[in-house]
Amino acid sequence: MSKTDLTRRGVLRSGAIGGAGLALPTIFTASSASAFTNEPTGDTVTLGFNVPQTGPYADEGADELRAYELAVEHLNGGGDGGMLNTFSSKALEGSGILGKKVEYVTGDTQTKSDAARASAKSMIEKDGAIMITGGSSSGVAVAVQGLCQEAGVIFMAGLTHSNDTTGKDKKANGFRHFFNAYMSAAALAPVLKNLYGEDRKAYHLTADYTWGWTQQESIAAATEAMGWETVENVLTPLAATDFSSYIAPVLNSGADVLVLNHYGGNMVNSLTNAVQFGLRNKEVNGKNFEIVVPLFSRLMARGAGENIKGIVGSTNWHWSLQDEGSKAFVKSFGTKYGFPPSQAAHTCYVQTLLYADAVQRAGSFNPCDVAAALEGFEFDGMGNGPTLYRAADHQCFKDVLVVKGKENPTSEFDLLEVVEVTPAAQVTYPPDHPMFAGGQLGSCNPGA
Amino acid sequence: MDAILLQILNGLDKGSAYALIALGLTLIFGTLGVVNFAHGALFMIGAFCAVTMQRLFGLSFETVDPDKTDFLGNPLKVKTPYLESWFGPEVGGALIDWSVPLAILLAIPVMLIIGYVMERGLIKHFYKRPHADQILVTFGLAIVLQELIKHYYGANPIQTPAPEALAGVAQLLPGVVYPIWRIVYFCFAVLIIGAVFAFLQFTTFGMVVRAGMADRETVGLLGIDIDKRFTLMFGMAAAVAGLAGVMYGPINAPNYHMGMDFLVLSFVVVVVGGMGSLPGAVAAGFLLGILESFASTTWATTTIPGINQIIIYLVAIIILLTRPRGLMGRKGVME
Repeated sequence: MSKTDLTRRGVLRSGAIGGAGLALPTIFTASSASAFTNEPTGDTVTLGFNVPQTGPYADEGADELRAYELAVEHLNGGGDGGMLNTFSSKALEGSGILGKKVEYVTGDTQTKSDAARASAKSMIEKDGAIMITGGSSSGVAVAVQGLCQEAGVIFMAGLTHSNDTTGKDKKANGFRHFFNAYMSAAALAPVLKNLYGEDRKAYHLTADYTWGWTQQESIAAATEAMGWETVENVLTPLAATDFSSYIAPVLNSGADVLVLNHYGGNMVNSLTNAVQFGLRNKEVNGKNFEIVVPLFSRLMARGAGENIKGIVGSTNWHWSLQDEGSKAFVKSFGTKYGFPPSQAAHTCYVQTLLYADAVQRAGSFNPCDVAAALEGFEFDGMGNGPTLYRAADHQCFKDVLVVKGKENPTSEFDLLEVVEVTPAAQVTYPPDHPMFAGGQLGSCNPGA
Repeated sequence: MDAILLQILNGLDKGSAYALIALGLTLIFGTLGVVNFAHGALFMIGAFCAVTMQRLFGLSFETVDPDKTDFLGNPLKVKTPYLESWFGPEVGGALIDWSVPLAILLAIPVMLIIGYVMERGLIKHFYKRPHADQILVTFGLAIVLQELIKHYYGANPIQTPAPEALAGVAQLLPGVVYPIWRIVYFCFAVLIIGAVFAFLQFTTFGMVVRAGMADRETVGLLGIDIDKRFTLMFGMAAAVAGLAGVMYGPINAPNYHMGMDFLVLSFVVVVVGGMGSLPGAVAAGFLLGILESFASTTWATTTIPGINQIIIYLVAIIILLTRPRGLMGRKGVME
């Protein structure tokens, strides 16, 4: 007589063990085929360049793509080697990455989060991209960074300036070389104090999305700390094209400074409108009325034309820097394309080299090994002086430039002049700073 | 009080652009019965006529300045515009400075031709097709035109400054200043609108067109080639949109998606004014422009957050619910 002992707990336990047993061969198959997402098995490795090829930032995206192509050329041993010659790490030898020739695929973010995620997903799943890089908007960067974390690939952010990218939305698989809104504000505040004094009333116009919010919060905090008063902060729709209705109230607000927390086409239009309304020639509270644009780029300055003259802002990098790394990059890029690179091109080029170098030093394409090689990595020769990739939040800390629209430009590229190079120490903040709180880096995901 | 005056002026200015685009849209809908989604693109092409004129006037030859170097350390090439070398810096410089208003001379024939070719080459094949087909084909055309402009001019906005003499601000009242070019734009819009109305009202051509708008078949039976006149009206509507674009450049730098930015709002203007009603389109353009301006004030945005983004649609809903034919629409249309 057989004895059966069927209990609910027993059945569940047996089921779980049986299920695990059945699944075991699959796990072994999976791990033996690939230890991580898109592990390169041939003699090439594919990188995914996800840039805005259409939409309002398409010019910026085109410059990013040029930089990526140049970086691939240099990694594969072509051209003059650019910043590989000045980079303090000598792990890369111009023979690809870990001996594999570098290939790339491109995607179009359209400066829309959904489109950017879709193109990144396609590059990872269909093209086998092992690293995704690019972007020209913080909304896009945050979205793609999240996707890369889930997919188990490294995301080397391109142009993204919101505090949130390495703040509340930071991810273990995401890394940012570009500076952020806090750093802009920390660099700008002392210069603004010197130029315009401590007793000022500021009126803010702010783009109504993640970048604008953190930019405004940062610049308001930094200027209020030195004595400025924030009179008003008005959020403007990202789709706005005519800012005259927002500028007109500034005239009678009692403010003597207008801070434009706008970027791209928004900034070009709001600055143009502000100049049209005579704000630059206005006198309020016995002082000259001033306009501040916290984040500048040369491409944007070109769009703003004459209106940019004398306006102060910050930038991550500028082609007129005279360090060896910057000179090498400008020579390389300028010879190939006939004009100097933008800050977007610079950060994207550097991110590609930094990724390749980390793989080379780690001796593995495994994203977790790469992340470990990037965390706490200190380097030089890439254009902004000694730089640290901080382990706690994957944010780079380096010198920040304060620039001013040039009064007498000699050419269409010579639009900004560097008025101050703010040392990295002055813009560094603790990882748990309130403006960056609320998120967790989590742990690295190798996927597969 | 000053703030209210400024917002009214801003509204009239925005309304000028809306009204001019809506006027062209209504002309096309009223004559041909076509819903033209490429109309915003025509506005954009007008603006790029000004960009082109500015570039033509700025064409220059390069001379090397041995004392200065470019970004690669090579001797700097300095550009001198041909106009300045031919007419001297004063006359040549002045011509370059006035390139935007002078672009009207370029825009009128260009826009008439584009309008004519568009109607004869594409639109006429869709007269008897449903409105949905017309919308699809004209929207597709708008995207093609937009991409062509992006390909040749880039994605960045391109500054087209007003002549220096019209670039400053005018003192309207003690303590109230307003940009001169915006006043010029408003006056220009009023002039164009007046000219279109006068043309339709006081010329034989206009009278026939109006008769054709009311009863196309009867006019045709009288032996008048109404189709040809309607084609010319299409060209004229394109020219109105183009001229609105030319003069808009100094207000906001032209870019390749400016047409799309205006298109949807202009359609709302047309519907609110009453489909097919020219005075309705103009009145609604100015009305919605002013309302949008007031909705963007700090008082409005803090009282009702987001009102600046929805005001036009909110007003459209209210008007269409209470008066489906729009402010001045004919009975039976949209009702």
